[in-house]
Amino acid sequence: MTTTEAVPNVSRQIRWLDFLAAFRAWLFLGILLVTFEIWAHAEYNSTFFLNPFNVKSIAIFTVTPLLLGLGQTFVIISGGIDLSVGFTMGLSAVVTAHVFNWGTQFGSPVLSLVLAVLTGLGIAVVPGVINGMLIADLRVPPFIGTLGMYGVARGVAFLLARGTTVPVQNALIGAIGNGEIAGFPNLVLLTVAILAMMHYILSQTRYGQHIYAIGGNVNAALRAGINVRNDTVVLYILSSLTAGCAGILYTAKFSAGAAQAGEPVLLDSIAAVVIGGASLFGGSGTVIGTVIGALIIAVIQYGLVFVNVEPFWQFVAVGVVIIISVLVDQIQKQVGKDGANG
Amino acid sequence: MGQMDSVVGSSPLLEAENLSKRFGGVHALKGVSLTLLPSEVLALAGDNGAGKSTLIKIISGVHHADGGSLRYAGKEMKFDNPHQARDCGIETIYQDLALADNLDVGANVFLGREPVRRIFGLPMVDRRLMREEAEKTLRALDIHIHRLSSPIGSLSGGQRQSVAIGRAIHWKARVLIMDEPTAALGVPEQRKVMELIANLKGSGVGIIFISHNLIDIFQVSDRIMVLRRGSKVGEVRTSETNPDEIVRLMVGG
Repeated sequence: MTTTEAVPNVSRQIRWLDFLAAFRAWLFLGILLVTFEIWAHAEYNSTFFLNPFNVKSIAIFTVTPLLLGLGQTFVIISGGIDLSVGFTMGLSAVVTAHVFNWGTQFGSPVLSLVLAVLTGLGIAVVPGVINGMLIADLRVPPFIGTLGMYGVARGVAFLLARGTTVPVQNALIGAIGNGEIAGFPNLVLLTVAILAMMHYILSQTRYGQHIYAIGGNVNAALRAGINVRNDTVVLYILSSLTAGCAGILYTAKFSAGAAQAGEPVLLDSIAAVVIGGASLFGGSGTVIGTVIGALIIAVIQYGLVFVNVEPFWQFVAVGVVIIISVLVDQIQKQVGKDGANG
Repeated sequence: MGQMDSVVGSSPLLEAENLSKRFGGVHALKGVSLTLLPSEVLALAGDNGAGKSTLIKIISGVHHADGGSLRYAGKEMKFDNPHQARDCGIETIYQDLALADNLDVGANVFLGREPVRRIFGLPMVDRRLMREEAEKTLRALDIHIHRLSSPIGSLSGGQRQSVAIGRAIHWKARVLIMDEPTAALGVPEQRKVMELIANLKGSGVGIIFISHNLIDIFQVSDRIMVLRRGSKVGEVRTSETNPDEIVRLMVGG
């Protein structure tokens, strides 16, 4: 059984498109940085990304969409989607603030911090487990199941917060949230640690490999003996947990928990995953891609403010980048398929 | 024991006796018996609803028979699920091939059984080992795929089919069940898959082969079993029959 290689010029075209598709996110990011750099020089005679303050601001700005997009990356690779993360984050932020305040009665801020973080993560697991069981056991489509959970988490978060923000009454959590180690913001360092862990799980473990298989062909995964049910539940728990981390970091950053903390970021986080190269049909995506995707959105938003463009252009710019990303993906897939068959 | 050994080679791999299965009011299989020898290709022919799928699904552990028995390599077997059958060496290749198009050849061959090595104590999937082992198996079957590290979706239908077959052989399948392996392929690719099946016979694997295509059946099978409405209506040596007879058996004319 011998393969006949595709016609040379077709295969060259495919390779070129493969390259473009694989590195399109890096390419976008590079183009954006150069554009804003030139723009800043031309208009204000100042530097954009060579300025440490800007870099730090963008990094901190990226934390929330990135954490929400991180679990989402896993879910999207498996062929699902998790719309509930925005309010899981809010729920976690509010609960963290409440528990921290409640814990201060024991006289040890450290103890109450530990309690608050554990409870914040614990409460985040709840929507994850329910999402996972709805989708894996009751076969509810992910879009609908997590949309329902979006509503439930939203309601519960606002109820717990009594419709307002919950300020934290001790300086410790704020000090951590706004502190730095060797010039690196704590929030960014914590996020990098979570990123490293998630990258390892997705790219190196058998679990990660199975997520790709489930997204590629769920029947193949089932027949290969992969426990698709359990893997799916774990998937939505991971997604909720990273959202919970985002909520806890939000409370640390603002010294207050807010139910709506993640609401404006939800769509940006999904956009980050897609711009990073994941397909909404499942089967592809990487943690690094999502990082680049989140950075692209952050650079667009921060950069346009920096060069003093009306903020509403941000939406247009991010929208255009999403559309171009998906188009490149589709063209590449189509050409790849024609190449294999022709 | 020396005398026994010479017999073992030709003793049946698989003996099914009087298998029957009902789905509600539908009697899908009515007491069908089947024997499969090593290095033999047994073709299952029959119209839609004849019971071919039900029969192979019982053998591969997907369905439980309501009656009858199944002996595999001389031992009475009862499979609770497809994984048990697969672990024993009964591998089924369905029409959709059960491949993940987004993964490469190695990852597909090792799907669900990925080897792991430890780096600084952290378990990591050993992709190189998967690729090398997959390549070794495929080469032994005379299958050559150049783009081993590309996703399988970029391969042709025949190549994908051979990866699915290679996977089964890699995991030491002794009984290979193929459901319409050529249905979705172009003519040159069909021929290659037929060649591959002929090659496999040499390695002692017993093959059960479902097809609507009588040309394929006559090209590659040793025996043909014809089912109609859940019953076995004929079983003949391929060399002693002709397509007309098989069609007559299938339609009951």
